[in-house]
Amino acid sequence: MATLSPPTRRRLRVLGFLSPWLIGFSVFFAYPLIATVYFSFMHYNQIKEPTFVGLKNWRYVFEQMPLFGPALWNTLWLVVVMVALRVLFGLSLGLLVTKIKSGVGFFRTAFYIPYLAPPVAATVAFVFLLNPGTGPVNEILSKVGIDAPTWFNDPNWAKPSLVMLSLWGIGDLMVIFMAALLDVPKEQYEAAELDGAGSWAKFRYVTWPSITPIVMFAVVTGIVQTMQYYTQALVAGKIASGVNIGPGSVIQPGYPDHSTLTVPQLVYSMGFQNFNTGAACVLSLVLFAIAMAATLLLMRKRSGLLSAED
Amino acid sequence: MTSTTLSAPAPSKAAAPAGRRDPAAVRARRKRILHWIAVHSVAIAVALLFLLPFVFVFLTSVMSDSQAMSGDLWPSSWHWENYKTVFETDGFLTWWRNSLLYAGLGTLFTVCSAIPVAYALAKFRFRGRRTAMLLVISTMMLPPQVIVIPMYLVWAQQFHLSGTLWPLIIPMAFGDAYSIFLLRQFLLTIPKEYIESARVDGCGEFRTLLTIIVPMAKPGIAAIALFQFFYCWNDYFGPQIYAAQDPGSWTLSYGLESFKSAHMVNWNMTMAATLLVMAPVIVIFFFAQKAFVEGVTLTGVKG
Repeated sequence: MATLSPPTRRRLRVLGFLSPWLIGFSVFFAYPLIATVYFSFMHYNQIKEPTFVGLKNWRYVFEQMPLFGPALWNTLWLVVVMVALRVLFGLSLGLLVTKIKSGVGFFRTAFYIPYLAPPVAATVAFVFLLNPGTGPVNEILSKVGIDAPTWFNDPNWAKPSLVMLSLWGIGDLMVIFMAALLDVPKEQYEAAELDGAGSWAKFRYVTWPSITPIVMFAVVTGIVQTMQYYTQALVAGKIASGVNIGPGSVIQPGYPDHSTLTVPQLVYSMGFQNFNTGAACVLSLVLFAIAMAATLLLMRKRSGLLSAED
Repeated sequence: MTSTTLSAPAPSKAAAPAGRRDPAAVRARRKRILHWIAVHSVAIAVALLFLLPFVFVFLTSVMSDSQAMSGDLWPSSWHWENYKTVFETDGFLTWWRNSLLYAGLGTLFTVCSAIPVAYALAKFRFRGRRTAMLLVISTMMLPPQVIVIPMYLVWAQQFHLSGTLWPLIIPMAFGDAYSIFLLRQFLLTIPKEYIESARVDGCGEFRTLLTIIVPMAKPGIAAIALFQFFYCWNDYFGPQIYAAQDPGSWTLSYGLESFKSAHMVNWNMTMAATLLVMAPVIVIFFFAQKAFVEGVTLTGVKG
């Protein structure tokens, strides 16, 4: 070490500290990403050697694959509806919490706790709660004379039911918005009040401008999270279908009527059930393209993530 | 108040029953009370909606087999033994052990690897620092499904580790983007002077990190540890890809779904199992609430 020049030593030190991540990034990110592109041009069933087929997988996915259309539609539907409602609801809850004078601790915890429920457990619980035959929700609704839908068993209601499940777990967004709202300088509200601003004007001209970076952050991370929406949709479909899923039984994904089939589920079923590696990799890259576009948007808009750059 | 109001007439006027004679003050006060009532009624209604699912899940978990299918809301008799039955179900304790192994080792590996990387990204000046940060954020944003197929093939065909949890645990020894990002945000808030004075005292970088930074960064480290533990505990996709082939490697999250399939009609058992999967994270949350909320805030708000 003593013979090395100081700049070299400094460089080696940086490399040393960064090495866990450098290895992780190359082996568990860069390599598989390149391999995914490679396999997207190959015919490969995970047994025989891969063979080059050009754009065949790409054409298959976009032109012939029967489930690609529904899966992409469902994913985009969830991205638009879920992200919009989550941001709206998270912000409303954040506002509500900042207005609470007594028992803040209790309410904050009550709103936050569902976020902690493991997704599988929360989904199983919701399928039970919304179970058309024996679930407590429909039981209560029928008592007050409301003709309730069959939720996870109705193709038109399955996605809205998933949205309800995701709104139940809004805790993380609520905390983020709450912190942002508490950060707005008090003097600005006082100045606005002196100018005779009402509640709406105060929100529009004081609160909103100072929380837009956080709203932007919530929208973009929401898009990326919903692009990978998998566990809840899969588990809800499986449990609601009531099929006994033992080894060897094949279930059509996206019960009912492919209404809960998302692109990530299609990646899984192509790659690990149909062993069509090429098509699965094409689907992965479609996901990648959309997630990357959202990330770039986030970086350009200088929202929360990158304003923390220094 | 008693003695001063008698001697000084001016303050006594102001303190007299909150301006009963002043209509503006009365209106303002009435408005404040109405506002308080409105805010708290909405809050109570929302809190009820958020907590009722837990209540119903719990009530169903202690019903008899037949009552759980009836749509009744309140158990006619309390069957605590359902919980015992769940624990005695094949595999349940194994899933529990596997979840602890995955979450425990995963958390340990993540914390150990994230500390030096986050420190370098927060406190070292070097070329490519910004690019490295952008790459960390990009990996954070990447859906896991994008790279899962080649990764699976490597673990299954080169290392023959499919059917175990190792393909999920080992990569965590090589840094997790989310933890690195979060810890870096935390380390940015530690003033440079502490590090500089350690250097002046002749402390090596590694010793500075261990003796100065790590003790100061405890809240940040606690936050990433908690997040990683919860992530592993809740993970379904990972265990489904790598561990599904061998029921001996299933985790609670993965096993719960098959539990419902095996107990087709027994909603009471399923709800008891569901609560047992939720319980650890909720118990941990109550002990570490502060670190947790701080961590969430740190990711969303600039540090």
